[in-house]
Amino acid sequence: MRLINLVTASALALAAASMPASAKTFKWANDGDVSSMDPFARNETFLLTFMSNIYEPLVRRDRNLKLEPALAVKWGQASPTVWRFDLRPGVKFSDGSPFTADDAVFSLTRANSQGSNMTGYFVSVKEIRKAGDLAVEVETKYPDPLLDQKFAALGMMSKAWAEKNNAQQSADLTKMQENFATRNAMGTGPFVLSGREPDVRTTLKPNAGWWDKPEHNLTEVIFSRVANDATRVAALLSGEIDMIYTVPPQDTERLKNAATTKVLEGPETRVVYLGFDHLRPELLHSNVKGKNPFKDKRVREAFYRAIDVESIRTKVMRGQATPVALMVAPGINGYAKELDVRPKYDPALSRKLLAEAGYPEGFEVQMDCPNDRYVNDEKICQAVVAMLARINIRVFLLAQTRTRYFAQILGPAYNTSFFMLGWSPAATYDTHNPFEQLIQSRPERGKGLFNVGGYSNKAFDALADKIEVETDKAKRDAMIKEAHRLYRDDFAYIPLHQQALVWAMKRNVDLVQPADNSFPLRFVNLK
Amino acid sequence: MDTAVARVADWWRRVLASDVLHSFRSSRLVMLSAAVAAIYFSGAMLAPWLAPQDPFDLAKLQLLDAFTPPVWMEGGEARFPLGSDNQGRDVLSTIMFGSRVSLLVGVASVLFAMLLGVTLGLISGYVGGSVDAFIMRVADIQLSFPAILIALLIDGMVRLAIPGSRHTELAVLVLILSIGLSFWVQYARTVRGVTMVEKNKEYVLAARVIGVPPALIMLRHVLPNVMGPTLVIATINLATAVITEATLSFLGVGVPPTQPSLGTLIRIGNDFLFSGEWWITIFPGAALAILVLSVNLLGDWLRDALNPKLR
Repeated sequence: MRLINLVTASALALAAASMPASAKTFKWANDGDVSSMDPFARNETFLLTFMSNIYEPLVRRDRNLKLEPALAVKWGQASPTVWRFDLRPGVKFSDGSPFTADDAVFSLTRANSQGSNMTGYFVSVKEIRKAGDLAVEVETKYPDPLLDQKFAALGMMSKAWAEKNNAQQSADLTKMQENFATRNAMGTGPFVLSGREPDVRTTLKPNAGWWDKPEHNLTEVIFSRVANDATRVAALLSGEIDMIYTVPPQDTERLKNAATTKVLEGPETRVVYLGFDHLRPELLHSNVKGKNPFKDKRVREAFYRAIDVESIRTKVMRGQATPVALMVAPGINGYAKELDVRPKYDPALSRKLLAEAGYPEGFEVQMDCPNDRYVNDEKICQAVVAMLARINIRVFLLAQTRTRYFAQILGPAYNTSFFMLGWSPAATYDTHNPFEQLIQSRPERGKGLFNVGGYSNKAFDALADKIEVETDKAKRDAMIKEAHRLYRDDFAYIPLHQQALVWAMKRNVDLVQPADNSFPLRFVNLK
Repeated sequence: MDTAVARVADWWRRVLASDVLHSFRSSRLVMLSAAVAAIYFSGAMLAPWLAPQDPFDLAKLQLLDAFTPPVWMEGGEARFPLGSDNQGRDVLSTIMFGSRVSLLVGVASVLFAMLLGVTLGLISGYVGGSVDAFIMRVADIQLSFPAILIALLIDGMVRLAIPGSRHTELAVLVLILSIGLSFWVQYARTVRGVTMVEKNKEYVLAARVIGVPPALIMLRHVLPNVMGPTLVIATINLATAVITEATLSFLGVGVPPTQPSLGTLIRIGNDFLFSGEWWITIFPGAALAILVLSVNLLGDWLRDALNPKLR
């Protein structure tokens, strides 16, 4: 018996040794897991960017985030309300079947149906139709100049594969549902899924039949979830993994100075903000009964002014954040520097405002927070809880992992009264995206899909609708500024900061770091 | 009155003359451990009056005070003798309040395990037969799992059953229950053994003959005779319970960060070990190590002192 073991072991060792010398396994880790293998399961940068390695969009973004042909070779507006996409001939899915217009129509329709979290990108869409074996037309209700930008976020699936495996629709993540596509994936992209253990590891192998010439030199990719900050940093320092993000701000210096690691930094287009429940007649967990304190603007202003973003920047983020007053960060089209002025931190005024609003003794509220989505998210929330305690607001903090967190706070239930969210208009890089997704009123289907607090401002709604179709840049910019003023002066949200984009990796790793914190594996090279 | 005084005096004389006290006084190490344990218990109990800061009062915390190094280092402040943590809490105060939670969970779970274990052990040993067989098989099954795993299991089930917001309020109670439930076996087995010996002795037989009900026999006659070994186990278990609590809290399934125990403090500080803010984790860690060591030494000594064969 022992002899057999010995023989097996040496055979294994030989096999390992005889692997090609060029084997390049890229191991990387994040604090949370990819919530699903379904490309439409959640409109979250992390999931979208991970799945784009397997499912490619019609048009993709290059190293500088400019659109370039992917599964569509040519596209444009055939008429003001019709977009036409001419598909790339000869593309094959990794199971060998060809990619056709049927698959494209199926995928777009799937992304706009029940269970999908991407329906927000189809607000303007009237009809999606096949216009030949390798052509798709999308008719819009009104001219939508940004449609191709939006579609860059949508990966193409195989109709036959989805039908065979009974995954014609996305499983609804907010209800913790699953179907075949939740744990399996099959696309046309540069990588294929070779192993999936939710919350532990996900492995990818290069797609040998990919239509494009690979720029990466990887033979395997292993993605693991390492939730603990210190463990993640230790794993990188010890060489166990090749690349990590999120990098804990307190460890950035050390990773910069270490002999084996380097750090890539840049400003991220993401704004991290806090939101209130504007809609419910009564807060979910509070001692205030029969009314919702957040409907009172004075209460919102009191919260806003009680939060010392400067301390959060220096102590929690160690300088790796830029406080903002708007819901978009610099770098996004429509960002207005002159309006990016936060109302002053003033807890004394906050206490006065609360007393005026009828809460001289403060009140209780539950705060919901992710603990593995944004840089130091839970620590920021803890700091906010302490700051609010100083104006007599007793906050019960519930910090959870991203999969559970988003399932709870996102639609259709929107089960939260006070929450943290981060948003990067990664689909369009335009201000209208957060306006439409985060601030416009919710009931209209399609708009306000991520307006978790249910904020509703008729003047803002009208303005955002006009911004969507306005093509004159000067007029549009003027309207955008007006819209910024509306929500800012209404204290509708508490924008906290634009977080810095920090990745850390071994020195032999060469990759591209886009400003939206997406991470395309097709640019990774191991030296 | 006179008799009461006389009784106390008599008891005191017996204590002074006892072997236990002699062995206590003859070992410096034991006296030191007792002193350390006493300091911990009093420091923990009197924390609200002794601690420089109340770390539970969020309104008093200033984020700007965060990461102040210990007083003897550059940038240290007298307000924070052992430095401050990431939320601006004084590390010394969090340790005092943290040991309070740790000791509370430790003592309460040991008492709970003792209550459960002694009761089941008495019944098992005294009644015997199929009841005995059943209880002991359950104990066998439980012994095949490590205690920490059982505590994790119970904690996880309670977490599923109780929604998040209620759970935080009950976290300490859940912890006491899960640690208590994972430690009862040792008591049950020991007590069962002693009970089986005692139940055949003349005084128990005599009690049975005059018609004393079994429950009363167990309680009044057998129980006092099995308490010695039980106390020894309890002392040693206290240290284990404190460590188990710290482990669970370190893994993030124990008490919530707003009510930190020593384990939670070590976990929080662990994030800052690489960046040079060592005091946030090292001091609570050292505090835990010293506490457990001193309680363990006391337990060891008590075991030897109460064991007539070792004298």
